[in-house]
Amino acid sequence: MNITITVLLASAVLSFIIAFLAGFGRIAKNPIIRKFTGFYIEVFRGTSLIVQLFWFYYALPGLFGIDLGTDFWAAVVAISMNYGAYMSEVVRGSILSVSDGQKEAATALNMSRFQRMRLVILPQAVRMMLPEFGNYLIQMLKATSLVSLIGLTDILYHGDIFRSTNLSLAPTVYLLILVFYFILALPLIWLTRWAEKQSSKGVATE
Amino acid sequence: MTWSWNYVWESLPLIFEGMWITLGLTIGCFAFAMLFGFVWTFLRRIPWTPVQKLVGFLLEFIRSTPPLVQLFFLFYAWPMVPYVGVTLDPISCAILGLGGHFSTYISEIYRSGIESVDKGQWEAAKALNLSTGKKWTKIILPQAIPPTIPMLGNYLIIMFKEVPLTATIGVTGMLHAAESFGAQTFAYVEPLTLVALFFLAMSYPSAVLIRKLEKKFNRRFDKKNPTGTNNNMDKGVAVNG
Repeated sequence: MNITITVLLASAVLSFIIAFLAGFGRIAKNPIIRKFTGFYIEVFRGTSLIVQLFWFYYALPGLFGIDLGTDFWAAVVAISMNYGAYMSEVVRGSILSVSDGQKEAATALNMSRFQRMRLVILPQAVRMMLPEFGNYLIQMLKATSLVSLIGLTDILYHGDIFRSTNLSLAPTVYLLILVFYFILALPLIWLTRWAEKQSSKGVATE
Repeated sequence: MTWSWNYVWESLPLIFEGMWITLGLTIGCFAFAMLFGFVWTFLRRIPWTPVQKLVGFLLEFIRSTPPLVQLFFLFYAWPMVPYVGVTLDPISCAILGLGGHFSTYISEIYRSGIESVDKGQWEAAKALNLSTGKKWTKIILPQAIPPTIPMLGNYLIIMFKEVPLTATIGVTGMLHAAESFGAQTFAYVEPLTLVALFFLAMSYPSAVLIRKLEKKFNRRFDKKNPTGTNNNMDKGVAVNG
């Protein structure tokens, strides 16, 4: 239980950071940065999360001598790299979909590139990102169940152990786990709905 | 431990064999999800509030709990359920579990497709006094299906990436092959990297293909609706641009 929530929170924070970095990298002026982030996104979106998790856990320490320290960090890094790649596309899409007139108006007001992004474009783009981010948080919650496969003691892991000692209780155990996940997901679902409402408030319609 | 080409050549045939199982299972799960998605869509359209509430809750429940737990439930717990419990082999368990999980998403696609049909079309069908069967087969579905094709394609790719989950219940797909090779030789690096490369090699071209499809459908959409009021469609174009 604790592990599930800790993994979720840690990977949520890390993946937000990655998403913004990669999202900005993808629309950067420098073609090298652009190509590099594009490559990162394609690799992590093109392969399966469970494969990445195993790769980070088994292959990374052997191949490059990089040891992420604990299983916990291997799990968090794998999940956030994966979801960071997906969410960076949300960041990019939202920034690009801010209407051109806004960018032109900001340029006309003689704002610097940085000011333009910070004061005009981002506040509008973030509003569009919120509901999508909520959806990805729910996905991430589901993905945390995978960490039991590399030996982290989350809900599923405990459930599995309990099941193997009390075979006849298996249906109850797994139903309880499912209900647990659902209870954890509920606040996220509500949060997403709330964000959807907030983001549609006070937006001028054409 | 460093990269060793020996292990690569040794594990390659195993993983290649696993690939066919992974691919076949992807198609099987997807077919099941597409069929079962219809059931959800149909259940949702029953105009009786308790049924709608129940179906809505079920959809939400299945969608927000991890597919891995659902697979474990079907595989380990289902045989223990009194009266209705059946022991399933890993493959059918995978098809039921993953297909069932994704059918909830796919029914959402069907719904959006049906809702995207212009209201006037429904009214026109009614005005012409068409039977229910004719209304659906001649008017609604021909217009509802084309826009859903790129979205379904996206889910096919997502499904392909979820199928390795079934390695945990003993389906001998790519990941399972890599794991058992690693367990025998202590060489996890090479087979796992190969699996990742296989995934990339298959999902990247299909993603490109779907982008093309999407553009094609968007263009048709634009012709009908030159002002382009649908924001999501615009976003799609911007992302793919």
